[in-house]
Amino acid sequence: MRVRVCRHSATMRKIILIPLGLFVVLLVFLAIGLKRDPREIPSPLVNRPAPAFSLQTLQSGQGLFSPDSMRGKVWMLNVWATWCAACQQEHPVLVAFAREGLVPLVGLSYKEVQASDEPAGKPMNPEDKLAMARQRSLTWLRVKGDPYSLVAMDLDGRVGIDYGVYGVPETYVIDKNGVIRYKQIGAVTPALLEEKIRPLIQELNRS
Amino acid sequence: MTPPRFRLWGHRALLALVLALIANLGAAKEAVQVGEEPWVEARMLHLSEELRCLVCQNETLASSRAELANDLRSEVRGLVKAGKTDTEIKDYLVARYGDFVLYRPEVKPVTWLLWFGPFAVLLGAIAMGWFYVRERQKQTGHTALSEAQRARADHVLNPTDHP
Repeated sequence: MRVRVCRHSATMRKIILIPLGLFVVLLVFLAIGLKRDPREIPSPLVNRPAPAFSLQTLQSGQGLFSPDSMRGKVWMLNVWATWCAACQQEHPVLVAFAREGLVPLVGLSYKEVQASDEPAGKPMNPEDKLAMARQRSLTWLRVKGDPYSLVAMDLDGRVGIDYGVYGVPETYVIDKNGVIRYKQIGAVTPALLEEKIRPLIQELNRS
Repeated sequence: MTPPRFRLWGHRALLALVLALIANLGAAKEAVQVGEEPWVEARMLHLSEELRCLVCQNETLASSRAELANDLRSEVRGLVKAGKTDTEIKDYLVARYGDFVLYRPEVKPVTWLLWFGPFAVLLGAIAMGWFYVRERQKQTGHTALSEAQRARADHVLNPTDHP
């Protein structure tokens, strides 16, 4: 006859599996975390009205631009600057997309003149800043092609703050009622255009 | 012993180093600009400690030197001057950048897991430990031998005592 010394019961063995299970769950979470881009922060602005503003445009004779004037149209707002490296990558994609004429693409020139451009200790006055920003942006667009129906000049980045801009380029799709329906942080890629932006625009244009 | 000339050279090097450091102190740009009114500055700093810089995500708005952090600090400064409360200022930034700007996210259903998850795991671990110990105690109860078993074991182990 065998002497029975401490044998684990069936429930006991199941309990020991619990930490293993938890560990697997943790591994799955960590694996997902590794693949996510930490720069992609869900924007609270999606499905909210596009913040109002009124800004000078790239062409000096055009007067002020305000998003209100786009009511009744589906349009895109693209935040860019000539100093932004990712904008250079994105630019040909935008030029090709704009050629289709699907929706008007409005540019928002974000802080074109940076603090480092100003002479040390002497902030530039707004007129000089605007002139410098216009001149730089126009040259850039002349060389690389101009996808924009117009460009609003956000010199001090205040409009950028209202739009939650924290990394240029950023792109917004805005519907006929002036509500932001999509926000892209970082460069627009051809794949993104085909998979997300174009279907969304087509759907919005129909309604 | 070191020749005197070398010692002099050592002093000069030290002096040069100190001078370079002093020059650097002046050149280093402080992250926080000194504003006009100290109370505005104090409140702005206090708030910025709890806000995340979105460009360099592991820095607070107070310590970051990114351009955007600078702009946001002056924005906060403006709101403080306009007489907004801390909650209003935080709401202002959350409306634009999301909960991510807050270093201490609000307690609401979406963030329950974040706030209470660790405690739930701790409670689970305690419960499991308790259950384990109780099971163990139940198990050890079975190891006691009956009188007959004990006699038999004794017989097997010490055959010479029982001729």
